[in-house]
Amino acid sequence: MSQIFDIVVIGAGPAGANAALTAAWAGCRVAMVDEQRKPGGQVWRAKNPVVLEAPTTPESRSGDALRQEVACSTVLTFAQSRVWQIESAASGWEIYVLKEGKVVTLVAKALILATGAREYVQPVPGWTTPGVIGLAGATAMFKQDLALPGQRTVVSGTGPLVFFVASEIRRLGGEVAAVVTPNSKREWLRAFPAMVRRPDLLVRGALWVADLYLAGVPIYWRHAVAEIDGETDVSGVTIRRLTRDWAPDGEPEFLGADSLCLGNGLTPAAEAAQLAGLELRYRADLGGWCPEVDASGETEREGLFLCGDGAGIRGAAAAEIHGKLTGETASAYVRGVAPGENHLLQQAYQRAARFGMAMTALSVPRKGLQTLMCADTVVCRCESLTRSDIVAEINAGAQSTLSVKSGLRAGMGPCGGKFCQGTISQLIAQAKGGEVSDVPPPTARPPLRPIPVAALAGDFEYDDLPIPKPAPL
Amino acid sequence: MTIVYDIAVVGGGIMGCAAALEMAAGGMRPIVLEQSDIGQGASGVNAGTLSLQIKRVKLMPYALKGHHAWARMGAAVGFKKTGGFTLAFTEREAELLTERQTLKAKAGAPIEFVSTKRLRNVEPNLAQKVVAASYCAEDGYANSSLTGQYFRGRLCDEAIEYQERCQILAIDRGASYQLTTSRGVIYAKRLLLAAGAWIKTAAALLDVHLPVDARINTVSVTERMPALISSVIGHATGLLTMKQKANGTVLVGGGWQGRGRPQEGRGQVMASSVMPNIALAQFAMPGLSKARILRSWTGFEANVPDFYPLAGALPGFDDAFVLGCVRGGYTIGPYIGQLMGDFILGREPELPLFDPGRDFDEDML
Repeated sequence: MSQIFDIVVIGAGPAGANAALTAAWAGCRVAMVDEQRKPGGQVWRAKNPVVLEAPTTPESRSGDALRQEVACSTVLTFAQSRVWQIESAASGWEIYVLKEGKVVTLVAKALILATGAREYVQPVPGWTTPGVIGLAGATAMFKQDLALPGQRTVVSGTGPLVFFVASEIRRLGGEVAAVVTPNSKREWLRAFPAMVRRPDLLVRGALWVADLYLAGVPIYWRHAVAEIDGETDVSGVTIRRLTRDWAPDGEPEFLGADSLCLGNGLTPAAEAAQLAGLELRYRADLGGWCPEVDASGETEREGLFLCGDGAGIRGAAAAEIHGKLTGETASAYVRGVAPGENHLLQQAYQRAARFGMAMTALSVPRKGLQTLMCADTVVCRCESLTRSDIVAEINAGAQSTLSVKSGLRAGMGPCGGKFCQGTISQLIAQAKGGEVSDVPPPTARPPLRPIPVAALAGDFEYDDLPIPKPAPL
Repeated sequence: MTIVYDIAVVGGGIMGCAAALEMAAGGMRPIVLEQSDIGQGASGVNAGTLSLQIKRVKLMPYALKGHHAWARMGAAVGFKKTGGFTLAFTEREAELLTERQTLKAKAGAPIEFVSTKRLRNVEPNLAQKVVAASYCAEDGYANSSLTGQYFRGRLCDEAIEYQERCQILAIDRGASYQLTTSRGVIYAKRLLLAAGAWIKTAAALLDVHLPVDARINTVSVTERMPALISSVIGHATGLLTMKQKANGTVLVGGGWQGRGRPQEGRGQVMASSVMPNIALAQFAMPGLSKARILRSWTGFEANVPDFYPLAGALPGFDDAFVLGCVRGGYTIGPYIGQLMGDFILGREPELPLFDPGRDFDEDML
């Protein structure tokens, strides 16, 4: 059975939820599908009910306000629901959703993709040791459960997230052994002109760093974690100083810790856009491969709109505004009218986007970082493939991510290549002496997330099988 | 100095590569031109089923030879001779099974009808609802995703040149063929068009119209599962193929149709095909219900109206050839590629080829 809407929005983060609200206020029938229990996305993730009494944060306040607005709106939210297939149809779009173990089909004239970002973690020796988590993954633990990654944590990675995670660990009572970041202080200074356009965000970041300085937490600028020590859990990390290209060149230094938060920037989650028929192009300034989208959320495909970090990493502040703009564009499309020009909102978007892109520029890993990998460093976790496995396949002639996937199954496991393809692209580019922009990701295929056979089968009746014309004898 | 190759093979799938290998062994200097990656079209995305029970009666001698070719390639292509069962769940399907498999057995396939008791002994995890089954000990599978890796390796071993991501933009005929490609101009004395579903487009560059159409077959794979089946499973209607690979994943096919055209990319999966396909797989093997599907994809299977191969000289040409549209092309591909190579080398092929200039409305065999 399918349910019919004017607009389906995929993703309920700042972009998706604001797009859904804006379109609903304009009179459209809107469905919003999200994997989480509550709207808010990763950045404004809702607290687990058992920790509702915990002090509020800017993220929890923004998220609560948004959840309140969604609750009071006509937006129909499909929570804890996963989109696994997107098809264009004569009437618009068909969205196949897994909800409570069953497939639900949503039909809409317009589709808004607000699928957000995922974290890129540069593999280093020992990165799969229990006790190592992503920076973004750590923020989810803080926001939802107030949980800490360990007693004494090294926080390592690029961009602003490393400082946010370190200061949150301290706020929640944990100990930060050190902050390790490939960025230099000078790089941060260079980002300053873009940052002053959003003084509110600038001040917040400055407070995180000030807190770390006051607490005497060592900050290792232009350093990276080169190796994680420990067999079954983390006992410490080895850090090294980096060159301008972020290749390790300094003497190893050991830091004792029982946990590590590690991340190297965000990259657009673009598989849904690919499945909906959009081409991706490489934009280092936007975090990697992303579809072409304008500030109003319009794409090259009719009835398909996109907003937020899934259109390029510009951060939550920009995503929120991009969502509103896209909600207006999509609702105008549904009503068959020309979208109004909202200059104030457009200007606010540009300011926020400029800030976000400055942060992305700081976060995007440089080429040298991949030389932290050793031959036996795991690259594809699903299939336990090491760098030397991948490099051997490339040297045997596999010159595309598609070929490496076919030959080795890198990308055929449960994660669908979401975590290994970035590294594999880099390794191919390196072997060819080319750029990552010449090595696109493999074809996107359904399901976007693993889907149980029982859900696909549904209430199958054998007699309903269409009887085909027999194959020629 | 400009290189003039003895032959340019357009299409780096199983058939193009097998023909190039045969021709190189016969002393020619071929070059293989592939628009994407070697072995990434139908050759690399089909379900890998090697079953005589789903081959055409008149192609059975070719299919038997094909099985032997895959067996020789062995572990490098993930070849496994497991034996295969074809299942009927209704009386009507049982009749269809008897009629069709009897003809295939007469054509030389070692197919026998087996009791449901024997089926249950071999495959206890199959549904109890089977009313009739046939068995072929020759059946098995190979891992089609290894096609590219394997043939790329073979081309390198034999020092055969190939170009990937090489699109043919124009073909001009002078003293030799001049192929304008996205990777530069290539000269060759002869041409072999072995571009699968793109044969029509390639032939059109020579102003030859071939009535080639494409089916858009869907395949799905599960995550790794505990051992459920050891044989290749088929269905009397052809709507299901199923096998569990050595790594535990279960591959489900059956010719369910996606959409799209070869000229517009790789084709699209349709939920309306995947869902009943997977439902039928679960019906045949209830234990599959616990698995998760990780990926579904499509591949283009080219055909002409009589569903027999194109294998011979391109109509109106004596130095341009075409090879494709083989029903059961994965199974037969390595063998018919070799036959084609022999033909171009001026040798008598071991089995007859299929004239691309025939009247497709007549049954020519």
